[in-house]
Amino acid sequence: MERNSYILQMQGITKEFPGVRALDDVNLNVHTGSIHAICGENGAGKSTLMKVLSGVYPYGTYDGKIIYMGQEMKFKNIKESEHAGIAIIHQELTMIPELSITENIFMGNEITHKGLINWAEERAKTSEILKKVGLTINPDTLIKHLGVGQQQLVEIAKALSKNVKLLILDEPTSALNEADSANLLELMKGLRDKGITCIMISHKLNEIAEVSDAVTVIRDGHTVESYDVEAGKVDEDQIIKSMVGRSIENRYPEHEPKIGDIIFEVKNWCIEDPEVAGRMVCKNSSFNVRAGEIVGFAGLMGAGRTELMRSIFGKNYGIYRGGSIKIKGREVTLNSVEQAIKNGIAYVPEDRKNLGLNLLDSIRKTVVSADLDKITKGGLLSPDMEQSAAEEYRKSLKIKTSSIDVGVTTLSGGNQQKVVLSKWMFTEPDILILDEPTRGIDVGAKYEIYKLIHQLADQGKAVILVSSELPELLGMADRIYTIFEGTITGEMMSYEANQESLMKKMTITSNS
Amino acid sequence: MKYIKQVLGGDLRQYTMVVALGLLILIFNVISDGRMLTSSNFQNLLSGNAYVLVLALGMLMVIVIGQIDLSVGSVAGFAGMVMALVAKNYNVPWWVAVLIALAIGILAGAWHGFFLSQLGIPGFITTLGGMMIFRGGVIWISRSISVPAPEELKWFGAGYLPEWGPSFTGMNNSTLVLGLIGIVCFAVGQIRKYNRSKNSPVGETPLWAVVTRIALMTVLIGYFTYLFGSGRVGTSFPVPGLILLLLTIIYHIITQRTKFGRHVYAVGGNKAAAALSGVNVKRTYFLTMMNMSFLAAVAGILFVGRSTAAGPADGTSWEMDAIASVFIGGAAVSGGVGTILATIVGGMVMAVLNNGLMLMGVGADKTQVIKGFVLLAAVAFDVYNKKNGKSSIIGRIFSK
Repeated sequence: MERNSYILQMQGITKEFPGVRALDDVNLNVHTGSIHAICGENGAGKSTLMKVLSGVYPYGTYDGKIIYMGQEMKFKNIKESEHAGIAIIHQELTMIPELSITENIFMGNEITHKGLINWAEERAKTSEILKKVGLTINPDTLIKHLGVGQQQLVEIAKALSKNVKLLILDEPTSALNEADSANLLELMKGLRDKGITCIMISHKLNEIAEVSDAVTVIRDGHTVESYDVEAGKVDEDQIIKSMVGRSIENRYPEHEPKIGDIIFEVKNWCIEDPEVAGRMVCKNSSFNVRAGEIVGFAGLMGAGRTELMRSIFGKNYGIYRGGSIKIKGREVTLNSVEQAIKNGIAYVPEDRKNLGLNLLDSIRKTVVSADLDKITKGGLLSPDMEQSAAEEYRKSLKIKTSSIDVGVTTLSGGNQQKVVLSKWMFTEPDILILDEPTRGIDVGAKYEIYKLIHQLADQGKAVILVSSELPELLGMADRIYTIFEGTITGEMMSYEANQESLMKKMTITSNS
Repeated sequence: MKYIKQVLGGDLRQYTMVVALGLLILIFNVISDGRMLTSSNFQNLLSGNAYVLVLALGMLMVIVIGQIDLSVGSVAGFAGMVMALVAKNYNVPWWVAVLIALAIGILAGAWHGFFLSQLGIPGFITTLGGMMIFRGGVIWISRSISVPAPEELKWFGAGYLPEWGPSFTGMNNSTLVLGLIGIVCFAVGQIRKYNRSKNSPVGETPLWAVVTRIALMTVLIGYFTYLFGSGRVGTSFPVPGLILLLLTIIYHIITQRTKFGRHVYAVGGNKAAAALSGVNVKRTYFLTMMNMSFLAAVAGILFVGRSTAAGPADGTSWEMDAIASVFIGGAAVSGGVGTILATIVGGMVMAVLNNGLMLMGVGADKTQVIKGFVLLAAVAFDVYNKKNGKSSIIGRIFSK
């Protein structure tokens, strides 16, 4: 197979969502029989691009051309792209745990004879395909009995069974341990040598450096750079620069921090994944926050930021494997969210709709929902106190609504987030953990929320700000911790940090 | 139209089922030549359905947390049977037997609650097991024979309020007092709400609307007071109806005005968000299931009192009537939505249907068919409305 011909050319891809241009004139050229890495921050547009390619967003909903194996493609759905030989291996595995490897591999493509499944043939073919990905296990094994690494290989085997020519791997090693990751990278190299082209989306620059033949960097929906490289000789610093290379505009309000004593201290915090035994989501994490200080946590998706915060918040996530928490110098044990709230911690979750709000509730019921004791009088909830509390926050946070009795679903994202913030401000916390507080919110509302965060810090609260947006952290935080794969990898004062230095610690580069 | 809106306060769609109930009563009254709206019929209707409505109160909360309880009929039968047996065999006062029955209800609920909250077994399975266990239990301990119940219990199951005072009122004075209390409470509540609305940014409710509202309710309560109070001498608003009324008020307050009630809705609406707001989800599950079986015991006691004996088949398929009442009352299958008052309206629709069809001479077989269609129609209507982005028809009646 010739190396220099293109298997895939995406030309001038533009995809708009209401109010957002997710992709703007993106170009991607992939050589036949290569491993092509796509890098970019969270939200840069990588996944959207892959969805355009695989037909999740059908032809006509985007602008631009997809030329695949010399022909222009107009995929209407995933089935069509699969048929053409394009397969995506997603971050979340999509197999059915209660069924066997054979059943999963032939799901939807069963080999039948007079309406009945021909098990013997399916099984024989499965063994054959499994060998190609280096697995020698019984094809009758149930998926749930496989490790994550093996499941990933089965997933790839499934793609191979469909005669795949272009394999897209979305963060393939994010859930794997080191040995499995190395194994997978080897397999990718093997597939390339057999002529199967791979596109790999990854945050792990060391892995990209190891295997890729070409790199494309996407930032804010644009192709920033695209060039061929020689595997093993990739300039990681250059990738980082192009991933983040944007100036921080004046999007953050001015603020003079009034920093006091340490009031929140976490030491050697260890948490195990509740689903994957033995996988540590937090490894010996230690950090502290001072009164009036805004401390940022930088880390890419899946680094364990949210897990760390939720496990601190009354062990709401994972299996506790050690560590201690000190609030205002006193060691506390927080075994439930209720205890955490009573001890002055508040946690605003990243997933507003699934974790932050009860979408059936009105504004007034939401605002008071984390501290009902405060509106209880003689054992009964007082509607008057509830109303005045909700009205107070509506005014002070400028929540745009016709009435506090309307459902929270009627509000815009920014106003919903203000309601969630009200709910936690109502508990009068000393320590406020904000997990992606500005995700999915327009610029204007962001600014208001930033001002609010400053106000809270000025009231002497310790604020923890978890964010995927580095400019936001640099603009808002006084001090920043970086986190990678459950480990705190660095601590910097924000005036001495920049996007590159942070990104270096958030990814593992081989020279660090 | 605008005026009607102001009187009823907001969304008219909320009142669909109330209007349907009213129409149902009037239509049956016409068809049955006025036999529907008579004192004795309504007294019977209320005491004959109070136990199902008591079950529906608990079932509403169970359904709001997103679960279901199939065991309530069996638990009611079991508690009633134990009560009758204890009273008969051990010669204890009737009230001791009642307390034992209630304790059995609480224990049965703790049993279900344990499996649901601690082991995470869905309520459907847990209570399906309970349904068999307690049904088998009733037949076992009673050896399939009916057991007579203490005389005193009859007052709870089918009794009437005392006669007293002057006779010029022409009716039972206990019922009259009850009606007056009802009217005064409603009026005071409305006036307080009106005063609160003065500070509301939405704007003050017009005074004439409040007055009209009070007047309408006075006429309605007044009419039913007359209907219940003017029957044969010695009859009145039935005691089981009064028990139901008190329980309705108590559970309305629990669901709308207590921390526990809020937690029930929070868990049903979004379990993960509730847990992150400091709600103890397991505890909420446990208490809701325990409360359900407690109310099942209450229902069992009322029924035994009314039929003066505990039978081995008591409570069979009551759970279905209770569940139907809740859903006709607009509760959501997925949990989080539904109110006590709407459930009572839903239960009354079922009761009036039963009663009206019986008055018309329709057999139990056809009645069952009709009830099935009504349940489907009510829920389909609700789902249709929600799909079109409208709020639940009557799910949120009187809520706030």
